[in-house]
Amino acid sequence: MIALIDYGAGNLTSVRKALAYLGAKVTTPETPEMLLSADAVIVPGVGNFEATSALGSDWHRGISATVEKGNPLLGICLGLQWLFQGSDEAPKVSGYGAIKGQCRLIDCAADELSTTKLFKVPHVGWNSLHKTRESWLLHGVTEGDQVYFTHSYAAPVTNDCIGLTHYGIDFASVVERDNLVGVQFHPEKSGSVGLRILKNFIDRTRH
Amino acid sequence: MLSKRIIACLDVRNGSVVKGINFEGLRDAGDPASLSRRYNKDGIDEVVILDITATIEKRKALADTIRRVSAEIFLPLCVGGGIKDESHADAAIEAGADKVSLNTAALQQPELLTTLAKRYGSQAVIVAIDAKQERNKFHIYVRSGQQATDRDAVDWAREAADRGAGEILLTSIDRDGTKSGFDCELTSAVSNAVPIPVIASGGAGTFDHFVDVFTEGQADAALAASIFHYNEHAVSDLKHYLTQRGIPVRLSC
Repeated sequence: MIALIDYGAGNLTSVRKALAYLGAKVTTPETPEMLLSADAVIVPGVGNFEATSALGSDWHRGISATVEKGNPLLGICLGLQWLFQGSDEAPKVSGYGAIKGQCRLIDCAADELSTTKLFKVPHVGWNSLHKTRESWLLHGVTEGDQVYFTHSYAAPVTNDCIGLTHYGIDFASVVERDNLVGVQFHPEKSGSVGLRILKNFIDRTRH
Repeated sequence: MLSKRIIACLDVRNGSVVKGINFEGLRDAGDPASLSRRYNKDGIDEVVILDITATIEKRKALADTIRRVSAEIFLPLCVGGGIKDESHADAAIEAGADKVSLNTAALQQPELLTTLAKRYGSQAVIVAIDAKQERNKFHIYVRSGQQATDRDAVDWAREAADRGAGEILLTSIDRDGTKSGFDCELTSAVSNAVPIPVIASGGAGTFDHFVDVFTEGQADAALAASIFHYNEHAVSDLKHYLTQRGIPVRLSC
């Protein structure tokens, strides 16, 4: 059973549908205690990082407990950013902090092309994944495969980054540390590539 | 590199696609789910369902259509047509839409954009603008292009973005249905005025029209309906054509 956490940041219908299509059983825990019976956790979310403040210390503890049991954890979009220490979007809100680094506004000024207004923020649409090393989450995904993004803030490229994407800057589009993974894009909206990634996560759950 | 998006529009009435569908061998050609499946296979990047009835009793049929399409294709799905308040947007999103497109209602109650953006995020809120060129100005029309307003398309696009819209779906009334090409002047005027993506619509007739709107028109995405209906492989053919001309698109495997 996969626990899909609903903390009020956006609509979960699409994620639920994709997981159901792949045959996964999904529950939405109402309290952190309900995470005890889950085999895996997904933290989705769109919108402002501020929204993750709804995942208070009790949720942090509940999620930590299930991760320590060896269950996989997937952060999607805002959920990936939440795996980091924090975001400039809401400096007072702490992330889960399992991955070092701070999320920042996509700074296209860093790119010489920005002077011609080629880059809009938010970053919306299909962009390429560049694999930096082998990983279980991206198993079967081909270098350069495209996935669907919609975000303004992005995570830094660190040792935990297994997939990066270029949009004005390079940012971490996929992170993985053991069973803890995150994707900045929306796998549930990324066609067959996205479904493959979700399937890899579900398969990890059944171990 | 960020790809230019190719979006298919399904004009739906009472649960069926209504514009001319000429796919050979597609028995239930008017079925939005079958058509979406085919477009998905051919490499479409996004689907827009435009409900052209949008009366109260037909909204249940619309929700059912959204449910059926979203259960089969795992791509961004936008729903528009007659979304006038929060409850209409809720119903569409609850049924599986990722984005809702607002036209007349957004002009009448712009605060609705902010309400919906707070609730679902800006990425879920699309403002549809129907515009017409008149003496070097771009005037907005409402009620399916029937009624002129005194609003300027560029000004309104800017305001809509400020109020929380995440994308602009910009239709040229002059070009819609003519197959004479997108209005590149209108598209670039709006695209340069806002920090959010602009989807160009109205006038697609040839593959070169897409080249023009992505270069000259500076569109982030282009939407069409009938051009995709007449050729089974139109989407993949178009994408290969664009690739050869140096325009970045997603080529599906």
